[in-house]
This record gives sequence, structure tokens and C-alpha cells, in this order.
Amino acid sequence: MGKITGSQAVVRCLQEEDVKIIFGYPGGAVIDLYDALLDSDIENVLVRHEQGAVHAADGLARVTGQVGVALLTSGPGATNGVTGIATAYMDSIPLVVLTGQVPRPLIGNDAFQEVDIVGITRPCTKHNYLVGKLEDLVPTIREAFHIARTGRPGPVLVDLPKDLLASQLTFPEKTSISMLSYQPTYKPHPVQIEKACKKIIKAQKPVLYVGGGVILSDASKELTELATKLRIPVTMTLMGLGAFPGSHELSLGMLGMHGTYTANMAVAECDLLIAVGARFDDRVTGKLAEFASNAEIIHIDIDPTSISKNVRVHVPIVADCKNALASINTWFNTKANISIEEEAGRHKPWFDLISEWTTKHPLSYRENNDTIKPQYVIETLHKHTGGQAIITTEVGQNQMWAAQFYKFDYPRHFVTSGGLGTMGFGLPAAIGAQMAFPNKTVIDIAGDGSIQMNIQELATAKQYGCPVKVAILNNGYLGMVRQWQELFYAKRYAATTMNVTPDFVDLARAYGAVGLRATTKSEVEPVIKEALATDNIVIMDFKIEKEEGVYPMVPAGKANTEMLLV
Amino acid sequence: MKHTISVLLQNKPGVLSRVTGLFSGRGFNIESLCVAETLDQGVSSLTVVSRGDEAVIEQITKQLHKLIDVIKVTDITDKEYVEREMVLIRMKAEAHTRAEVLRVIDIFRGKVVDVSAKSYAVEITGSASKIQAVIDILRPIGIKEIVRTGIIAMSRANKTK
Repeated sequence: MGKITGSQAVVRCLQEEDVKIIFGYPGGAVIDLYDALLDSDIENVLVRHEQGAVHAADGLARVTGQVGVALLTSGPGATNGVTGIATAYMDSIPLVVLTGQVPRPLIGNDAFQEVDIVGITRPCTKHNYLVGKLEDLVPTIREAFHIARTGRPGPVLVDLPKDLLASQLTFPEKTSISMLSYQPTYKPHPVQIEKACKKIIKAQKPVLYVGGGVILSDASKELTELATKLRIPVTMTLMGLGAFPGSHELSLGMLGMHGTYTANMAVAECDLLIAVGARFDDRVTGKLAEFASNAEIIHIDIDPTSISKNVRVHVPIVADCKNALASINTWFNTKANISIEEEAGRHKPWFDLISEWTTKHPLSYRENNDTIKPQYVIETLHKHTGGQAIITTEVGQNQMWAAQFYKFDYPRHFVTSGGLGTMGFGLPAAIGAQMAFPNKTVIDIAGDGSIQMNIQELATAKQYGCPVKVAILNNGYLGMVRQWQELFYAKRYAATTMNVTPDFVDLARAYGAVGLRATTKSEVEPVIKEALATDNIVIMDFKIEKEEGVYPMVPAGKANTEMLLV
Repeated sequence: MKHTISVLLQNKPGVLSRVTGLFSGRGFNIESLCVAETLDQGVSSLTVVSRGDEAVIEQITKQLHKLIDVIKVTDITDKEYVEREMVLIRMKAEAHTRAEVLRVIDIFRGKVVDVSAKSYAVEITGSASKIQAVIDILRPIGIKEIVRTGIIAMSRANKTK
């Protein structure tokens, strides 16, 4: 085989991985790589800021389950991507981020646009590499994809010195990757499965507590089988929404700081908590000592560090969620002497209690015909999309209202920055999702604060014909922080008032998009209908009730049962 | 409680900073840390001594194992193992203390590795507690400078077979 350049080899690696779309921004250090890309069938989406590139790759990865790819230049290109990388890391999203680096002889010399990006991203990547030798180039990129997508997924960064990209090499044959020091555990231990099943049989008041791991391992089918067969109620974390149908009678909705009354009460009262692909995050648990304090805990996770990190677990199961749930289902299907119907029937008193909670405090808001309630906007979006849209969010109140009121029935339809809570995530993530599914409706539910953090990506959406819809819940505040200030800081609204924002309708027009505004409740529905019928980017500017809050709310440090209600 | 953790890792650039970054980033404590390559040049062995309750030590070992370049993690604290540390101590050694210094290091099977008109540099090897004992005894005589290697440790061979 003839020789090719390092850049051509990188492109060929991407083709090997079946990458069709990458997101990036060129610069001196990656100019060779961009040159080689021009001769390939891989589409590069030229973003307007590198943070947008990583979020867009992340959005694509979340909706498809494939590895997202971003390509950034050295120095500021790479550092601009760091927030995106950290976002993906916290939510375990598979990414390969390729960064240019100055030529090897200049590394360490404070060269132009040089930064130690491997050092900077070490704590926020699953793994990272600086390719030091030409013969390592191709194996490293293959290994990066392998690490990103296997085990608990995550972002992997590969730093590529410019001189390597310009060197000549013979493209090595693909060999299977086996790494001495990296062998994730996919199969559950049968002894642990048996232990878990016996606890499930004994439980009177079980709850399934489901996180993003179920979506990452495509285990919704197995989860739904378990829940419906044994009639176990399901509560989901923010990252887990859609793993189990939100409109299902067994769904308790989201738990935690802004979870439903029912979900939080059920977890507090349950005698068995079955955690699947969730990590007992502080926004979920509230005061740890009182979280599921009456329950024994089964915890299924592929990452052993998640188990017994925050909460002591009685039955740990290290495995891929899909395999573990399938094994539990098999156990119940094949063990003699267990009547599934009888098992399911035993939980009736538990469900009576649960429906009592739901009747007493359903998820709700105070309706008002004079102003636009943000919850009403979300409900109307749900109604007119039939719950089929991919929803991305920014971070804050907009994110929580979306999580509460858009009943997610399908996995990979809710794209939100859960762990890191990155404002500015929603718009570029929506572009990534729309690039992956050009025919789906993709809506970024935003606040007037968050949307301004990466609003420049409207130009990217326009350039690549991504008809994303942006619903701005515009209250003129950084609403979530304002809500905390209202409740816990005597209404001292320090630095949360945004008196000056652009006219979003005019702004849409400036970007070649369509801008629509609703200032009264009656305008909401027509605006949404028109937006959904428009084959262009649409910004919907909803002037919502300014001081509407997100409820229920568990104040920081309090137990989940101490909710502030509507 | 003090734990001695033995780690085998790939001998690659940046591996040590992955380990130390893990400790600093997650607020784990490092009492001592020693690393060098093994017979296999591609593999390094690292001994880290840390303190923490059971849950913290469990997290430390799991988090270490999660690092892609880490091959094996063993908390050898509760196993049979030998540990050694070496210390170099420069002692004030003037007319009236020279003999005393030599006597003490002889008791501890140390040796003098550098001599000047007013000082001895001595080398002592042993368990961490022995090293501490030597230091405690030599301190009143007059220590000018001290350099410790940190602890290295190895499990004992299985003697039942």
C-alpha cells in the first residue's frame, strides 16, 4: 500500500468508524487535516465557536448513541472546547475530540497557540492522548473511539501535533483492540442477580430509580419489561427521562430537587430501591441521611466507582444495565414457584398509597389567563408535537419546566446538560441532533439568559439548513438563581436582572431565521403551530410571567420530603 | 486509618499526573508516593500511602482502577507484606557528638555515606516506623537535612504451598 499523510490517515480512521458528520473550527494547527477532509465524504459543520462544536457533537451522540466527533485547532480552539468536554464527561457521553497541537519540536516552548490541552482536560475526559510518534497515530485514534464508546462512555481527547499530520505513513491494518488495563465488566455476576431478585420478591414497597445509564445502554425495553411484569413504579432522574415512558401509569415522574411529590415520597417510604444506571447525585438525593432511609438498595452500574460512592448499597451489581435487567427478567421468567401475577398483585397497597400522594399533590401550576405560564408553553409544545419531538434545553428554570411538563415517552429524545449544568448547551446540541435526524422536530427550550451564551450558533444552523426551533421562556431574569434569591436571600436580586436583551424576533430575522412572539396566553398556541409548520429556524419569544417559580422544590441540604409546593 | 496501596500501571508519559490529579481533584490524601519501572519496562509500580475511612479507601482503589492506564490495584494493608523506606540524614557531627551519631546509626544498621568536618550524611533503610524511630532519636543530637524516599511495599509470598 502506498504512503498517505497523517491527515489522510486520521480521515481514514474516521471513515473506519463510520463517522459522517463532524463539528469543528479550523486553525493553523489543523489546516492539513481540514485539507484532507475536503477529499472525503465526511461533512464538517463549521460552527461559530468551539464550545458549540463540542456541544453539537454531544447532541448528535445523545440522540444516536454513536460517538460524536469534534475537531478543534490548538490553543484557544482547544480551550474553548473544554466546557463542552466537561459537559459530556459529567453525563457520560461518547465523544472523540481531535485537537491540533503545535509541531513536536515546539512543544513546551510557549509556541504560538500552544496549550497543554492534555493536561487541562485530564480531569474532564475519560482518557486523553498526545500522539508522540507517527506509528502511534492510527492506533491511538482507534483506541480513542474504543474507549469513548465502551464501558461507561465518555469523551476522549486526542492531541495531534501538526508535523505528524503532515508526515507520510503506511496506513496500518485494523486489528482488534485489546487493552490490558481497560476491560469493562458487561456481564452481571449471577450470584448478585439472584440476591437482587430475592430482595425484589420480598419487597412490599419497591421503587425503580432509573438514570441516564439505562438510555446509554439502550435498556428501555428490558426496564419496561421488568417494571410492567412485576408492577414496580419507576422514577427517573433528569438524565433518565424517556428511559421509561413518562405517560405510563407506573411512572412517578422525576425525583429530586424538582421532582414530583409522589416520586420523592415514594423513595422516602420504599423498602427496596432498585437503582439502575444512576449515581445518587446530590440534586437527586437531597439530604443524604434521609434518602431512601427505609430501604435496602440494589445498584446496577457499569462503573464500580458509582456504587457506594454516596450511599451505602446492599446489593451491588457491576454490569451493563441492559444485561443486568435482562438477567433479572430471565430469572423471574424461568424460576419455578413464582407466580408473576401474584408478585405483581402484592404491591397493590403500595400503589394505593402512591395514588393518594398523586391525588394530594399532583405536578401542577397556578393557571392564569392573563399571563403566559411557562408550564403552559411546554404542555402546548407537547400537545402539538405529539410528544415526538427531540427536546434540548439550556440550564435553569427552562430545563426544569421542560423536564417536568414535557412527558418524555421515548429514550434519546431529551437532551440536557444534567451533571455540569452548562448554560448555552441547548442550541448547539439541537443542531447536532437535527443534523443526525433532519426529518425530526428538534426544539431547544431556552431561557433568555442561557440562549445568549451560544446564540452565535444560529448562523451555523442557517448555513447547514438545520430548521431547529428555539422556544425562549423569556422572563427578563436569570430565573433559577432569581428563584433562590426570592426564597432564600430575601428577594435581593443580585446580578440576576437582565434589563437589556436583544429583540429576539429582530435577531432571528438578522440570522435569516423566523422570529415569533407571544405576549398573551392566547398567542401561545398560534405561535407554536406556525413555528412547527415553518421549514426554517424559528425563534419563539414567549414573554412569560416574570416571577414564576419551579415547584416542587427541595431547598438545598433539606430532605426530599421537605418540598416547597406550588 | 493508614492504607498502603500498590498499583501497577502502564509506563507512559503523564501517567503519574493522572494518579496525583485523581488524589488532588477528589480531595484524597497522599502521605507518601513512590514510583519506578518494573522488570517490564512498559509497566511501572507505584506505592501510595493514604489515610481515610473504609468508604474513602474503597473510592480511592476504585477510582485508581478506573484510570485507563492502571493495570492492577491492591490494597495490601490487611495482607502480609513487607515495606521499606530509605532516608538520608545529614547530621551535625562535631567533636562531642560524632561518636554518638555513629553509635545510633550502627544500632539501626545504617551507614555513613558522606563525611565532612562538621557533618555526617547517613543512610538508613527500614519500615516506616523504624525510620521514624531513628529520626526521633537523632533529632536532639542535631539533624541538618533530611530526605526520605517514601514507602515501597511488596506482598509476602504465599507460604502454605
